[in-house]
Amino acid sequence: MSIVAAAPTDYTAPGVEEFWQPLIGDGAWAITRPIFLMLLSTGLIIWWLTATTKKRALVPSRGQMGTEAVYGLVRNGVAKDLIGSHEFMKFVPLLFSMFVLILVNNLFGVIPPMSYPTMSRIGFPIALALIVWIVFHVVGMKKHGFVGYWKSLVPAGLPKGMIVPIFILELITDLFTRPVTLALRLFGNMFAGHILMALFISGGWYMLTSGGVLIVAGGVTWVFAFVMTLFELLVEFLQAYVFTLLAALYIAGAVADEH
Amino acid sequence: MQAVTVTAEGGEGGFWATAAPIIPHPLEFFFGLACFAILYFVVAKKVVPRLEQIYAERTAAIEGGMNKAEEAQAQAQAALEQYQAQLVEARAEASRIREDAKAQGAQIIAEMREHAAAEAARITETAHKQIEAERQQAVVALRNDVGRISTDLAGRIVGESLREETRQKDIVERFLAELESGDVVREKVGER
Repeated sequence: MSIVAAAPTDYTAPGVEEFWQPLIGDGAWAITRPIFLMLLSTGLIIWWLTATTKKRALVPSRGQMGTEAVYGLVRNGVAKDLIGSHEFMKFVPLLFSMFVLILVNNLFGVIPPMSYPTMSRIGFPIALALIVWIVFHVVGMKKHGFVGYWKSLVPAGLPKGMIVPIFILELITDLFTRPVTLALRLFGNMFAGHILMALFISGGWYMLTSGGVLIVAGGVTWVFAFVMTLFELLVEFLQAYVFTLLAALYIAGAVADEH
Repeated sequence: MQAVTVTAEGGEGGFWATAAPIIPHPLEFFFGLACFAILYFVVAKKVVPRLEQIYAERTAAIEGGMNKAEEAQAQAQAALEQYQAQLVEARAEASRIREDAKAQGAQIIAEMREHAAAEAARITETAHKQIEAERQQAVVALRNDVGRISTDLAGRIVGESLREETRQKDIVERFLAELESGDVVREKVGER
């Protein structure tokens, strides 16, 4: 504490303003860096997926094998397991698109020269969570009917007095908690992870250039920054997976015969 | 209120540079939706059908291979069963033929035996009959010869006259009858 206090005070920790990087224009309608990255990722993913599946080889090339592995993870590991082999195929394109889009954008967080996790801008997670929210409500209502869907929120066999409170709780979960947590979880992880890495790297650099004892501390900080980067890679994959998993879970709950 | 004034006066970045990070930027939100929509369209129309086709073809190839193997195994099993059935049949047939042959052989032996016995009996009977007939013939011939010789001899002794004798036959017959009855007196003949 005393060391930090004794150091020159011209170090400013990275903050919210680090994430505001408009490229074209300014304000609410500016084309920002994350928008560019989102477009880039979409283009890259479309190119990769169409290129690796063009040959449709039974004995796959490396690229096709990679695509198939990711596709298999979402198709069988998430969609089929959670939604069930009867109806899952309808939702595979949605879940697969969701997973690869989030994964690539998350990985942009540690891959130079992008070095920016798109999902740390809450507009993107909200957009994706909104799609999931609409989809699971629509498929639920298609399956059970408008009234039947709301009825299906309450589990069967409850004592009469419990039906209303449980219904209210389930309604809050269904309408509010699920989409909000879905968006916030992804945003929060990416935002916090990125700001933490920025802090470690810029702080380490500051200490390395300050001289004295701080050089050692700066070195240690950079080692930590490296470890944090590896950790961040894991989190990026995990968050893409969790988002997809929960989306599948919500859809599964909506189309399930018994709630 | 103070915070609002600060952000408004924020200079370079304006409101968005220092806005709370949970306030969505409208254009970013829009691009989030748009990019997902484009990606979803391509994935649903192209990528997933292709990958599903690969899955299906691969499954079909593997199952086809397995089916082929199963078929071959079934064919081999069928061939083995057929072979075994044929073997059993052949064995049964062989034993049947053997039995038949045995029975036939026994029958043939019995028939032959019977036949031989019958033949032997017939030959014996024929021989008997022949012997009897020859004996009869010999008796008749002998009787004639004896008669003739006797009369010749007697004629030679008593002369030619006796040959013409009408009683000649009677004499011979009587003589022979006596001869057969055994009371011939040799001395008498010898004396004559």
